[in-house]
Amino acid sequence: MSVLSVRDLRITYHTTAGGVPAVRGVDLEIDRGEVVGLAGESGCGKSTIAAAILRLLPAKTRIEGEISLNGEDVLEMKPGHLRTVRWTGASIIFQGAMHALNPVKRVGDQIAEAITTHHQAGEREALVRVGQLLEQVGLPPRRIADYPHELSGGQKQRVMIAMALACNPNLIIADEPTTALDVMVQAQVLALLKELQRELGLAMLFITHDLSVLVEVSDRLAIMYAGQIVEDGPAQDVFYRPAHPYTKALAGAFPEIGDQRFRRKPSGLGGDPPDPQRIPSGCPFHPRCPVAFDSCPTVEPRLFASGEGRRAACLLVEGALTGVRKDES
Amino acid sequence: MALKPPIAPSGEPRRAASGVPEEPLGPISSPRRIAWVRRRRALGRFWSEYRHNKMGIAGIGILLFFVGMALFATFVANPQSVDPSYVSGPVRHAPTLRFPLGTDNFGISVLSLIVAGSKISLLVGLTASVITMLIGAVVGIVAGYRGGAVDTLLMRITDFGLVLPWLALAIVLASIMGPSLTTIILVIGLTSWPGTARLVRAQVLSIRERPYIERSRALGAGDGHMIIHHVLPNAMPVILANAVLVVAIAILSETSLSFLGLGDPLTVSWGSIIENAFAGGATTLGAWWWIVAPGVCIVLVVMSFTFIGFALDEIINPRLRER
Amino acid sequence: MSAVDGTRSEGGVREPPVLELRELGVNFAGRVGLVAGLLGRKSVDARAVDGVDLSLHRGEVLALAGESGCGKTTTARAIMGLLKPDRGQILFEGRPLGRNLRDYRRRVQMVFQDPTGSLNPRQTIYEIVAEGLRIHHITRGPNGETEEQLVARALSRAGLRPPERFFLLYPHELSGGQRQRVVIAGALALDPEVIVADEPVSNLDASVRGEILRLLLKLRDELQISILIVTHDLGLAWTVADRVAVMYLGRIVEIGPADDVLTKPLHPYTKALLDVVPEAGGIDRPILQGEPPDPTRVPPGCRFHPRCPEVASGRTKTSGVDDECHAEDLGLAELQSGRFAACHLARLIATGRAGGDTPTEREPADGQEKNSVS
Repeated sequence: MSVLSVRDLRITYHTTAGGVPAVRGVDLEIDRGEVVGLAGESGCGKSTIAAAILRLLPAKTRIEGEISLNGEDVLEMKPGHLRTVRWTGASIIFQGAMHALNPVKRVGDQIAEAITTHHQAGEREALVRVGQLLEQVGLPPRRIADYPHELSGGQKQRVMIAMALACNPNLIIADEPTTALDVMVQAQVLALLKELQRELGLAMLFITHDLSVLVEVSDRLAIMYAGQIVEDGPAQDVFYRPAHPYTKALAGAFPEIGDQRFRRKPSGLGGDPPDPQRIPSGCPFHPRCPVAFDSCPTVEPRLFASGEGRRAACLLVEGALTGVRKDES
Repeated sequence: MALKPPIAPSGEPRRAASGVPEEPLGPISSPRRIAWVRRRRALGRFWSEYRHNKMGIAGIGILLFFVGMALFATFVANPQSVDPSYVSGPVRHAPTLRFPLGTDNFGISVLSLIVAGSKISLLVGLTASVITMLIGAVVGIVAGYRGGAVDTLLMRITDFGLVLPWLALAIVLASIMGPSLTTIILVIGLTSWPGTARLVRAQVLSIRERPYIERSRALGAGDGHMIIHHVLPNAMPVILANAVLVVAIAILSETSLSFLGLGDPLTVSWGSIIENAFAGGATTLGAWWWIVAPGVCIVLVVMSFTFIGFALDEIINPRLRER
Repeated sequence: MSAVDGTRSEGGVREPPVLELRELGVNFAGRVGLVAGLLGRKSVDARAVDGVDLSLHRGEVLALAGESGCGKTTTARAIMGLLKPDRGQILFEGRPLGRNLRDYRRRVQMVFQDPTGSLNPRQTIYEIVAEGLRIHHITRGPNGETEEQLVARALSRAGLRPPERFFLLYPHELSGGQRQRVVIAGALALDPEVIVADEPVSNLDASVRGEILRLLLKLRDELQISILIVTHDLGLAWTVADRVAVMYLGRIVEIGPADDVLTKPLHPYTKALLDVVPEAGGIDRPILQGEPPDPTRVPPGCRFHPRCPEVASGRTKTSGVDDECHAEDLGLAELQSGRFAACHLARLIATGRAGGDTPTEREPADGQEKNSVS
């Protein structure tokens, strides 16, 4: 059974200027011990999905579809149960989570609080567990008595990871967990996350705009554009042999050092990510697509199979597939 | 000029999220025209937001009513109607059809007094707040922008002004300068700037750290350019929103000072009406109309300015807007 | 394309660099708490930039890379005259900067990391781009162009076409990429010789970055503008730079042609930086432990030695440079033609006295083919 299963998720934000569709029909499946990377640019809806899984969206937001976490329907949960599930079922590590620590409380107490309120463990037990957690995330146990300002950015992010692990969730949602960190510290935190994930057999939804980070930590990759998944499949296949022109362009923004094809050839797309209130007709990517043809502005492509375990929402992929079939017959 | 969409790679300019329809641009002839079009646009955008603010509209409505009254008092009303030597009504009479707000102890219609007083009250309020704004903005901008010793010195003076009991200071100043309209205006202006200065300084401190200041400095801009083109325009909304609130305070202050007999004894203002009512024994004789009517007017005008001030603040201050 | 080539930074007869830094140093005054001060603790100055030598040639793209806190942004700000250097000199076209920076400020322009913040929200795009012209009292271009023509030309050079359409817009009506183009247009309006770009694309969406970088390269190719790009991203350096300078704790530890520095690093720190560039399956590679260094406490000897993997592995000991690493501070030395590094071990290897190996070279990338995206 999959840990997380999202079916035809549609999320519309409520604003004074009308509804803003942020997510427009997303399917997502994460199995036990699997890391799924969700990539896309700002405003593509990736963080909205993360927030929707734990029902952290503003009250007036319209959510349609189905989100099931460990077999339970998240959208139908009662508030009390939901609060428990937010720690024991799935927990989230935010972007800039370092600022989410309470500055006037010792970090050990903050982690222990999460355990005692949700895990029904005694205070003494909780402190033992905090010690274990700190060790797990590579912090010396004496840090238990430190205040957040005594820790560096990387150490605070480690505390946040410890907190996320506190109640033994089986899904971790990491929303841009390393974006605010420096290169070297980012690598340390990524390595730690990956190690913990392997060790504890966690399922993980890893969200970031940085495709090169995703390909490093993920088993599977899903690329989002304008509120939809436009391509998914095994991480390395998607990154190195993208089928969708948008994936291709996004991958090009993260060059391989030493590869002469990138040398002095910055690649990018014209135009800008679309305004969620004005999503282009047909394939939403067509105004920026370098290989768009006459059907693209009118036909909205669904996800076509583009290889083993791979799908891409591009009419050219469909064309290529039917071409292959003709050759075979 | 034909309005073709821009060619890639730049793409279509993004429109304001508020969805205000923009009129098409004509040919651009000169920077002056650009500035003019720009200002008109900014005003249009501002109004379209203000329109939806109920508090703001109520404030404007009340204010326009009293401004109309003040204009009527200046250009239409007969000054003899408030002159004790020309009137012959019943003394301290309760409201009737002929005297809708009753009369005072000279038999002058309270309505006529209020109409005549509106002119002075608004005039004092506006002029005093202009003085307040000027001093407050200059002190705030200089202190915030310069920083260092200048800032420390100016802020100590400001703090001194803030902690002084305002009314006592005003009474002392007014008695030194003698009772007159100018005195009242100056006293209010000279005593109420410290709050404004603090507010402006805080805003300037935050503006000073914005990257566009750094960009401008890297371009080679001097202090004068920086203040005129970057600091002032970005501090202006705060200054204006504050000015509106200061008008309300100034009108109240005028009332207090006039009530204490520090105003010009020969002009009618809402404060002096209440003072006369008090001195004329309105409270003991039960002539409630004599006090209530000007009192309600003061409350309404102060409220209108406060409403406008809040509305401006809500539109200008993006943090409030999100709520 | 020879002007573009990294090889032009090698010796031979050539014009002097457009911009040159000599022993540049910037300190940040340390702060002491009231109590600590009363107890007699002295403030420690942070040596944010501590002796930087750097030259930028005409039409060259030079990337200045390093961790945050290494002093790269401080160096850029000092070049722009936004900070007063405490030591050293900045030379522009061979002449040291005097007191009057007016002319210099016209010819050296800056592009900032945060395009949204660096545009005054109350100015129109026209006013923003014309600001430099007005500050420098330029009412006519060299060929008699009007201000409006100059602004229009700068906007279209920055890729905002047709420029008239953008004149009356406000920054909030543009996308992030367009805002950065406006900042670039504001710089171009003054016809600069040098552009200092501080992390010019790190606040932009990934798909937009390439276009901005392409624009910068185009400006170099067409207008011969020299560009200093400050970045933490070595991948970006690989895509655009002719030469790369790597900074650590306020000093440049390695500099040379991008093709060499990024594929065959001489300095262990450069190697460590390259190791953490994310790549497929690379999660188990060695990662330099510890936090970014503290400029208030510069270690004695080679400033990298407390974190240096070569010291930790004992390789410096077997090669016999361990004592120098711990005790002897060193500057850049030319170890190969056009390549400079500040490392005792690398020096030893370059002179051929080390134990007959060159393991600081990076292993070739794994067999994974990467798609062509250009």
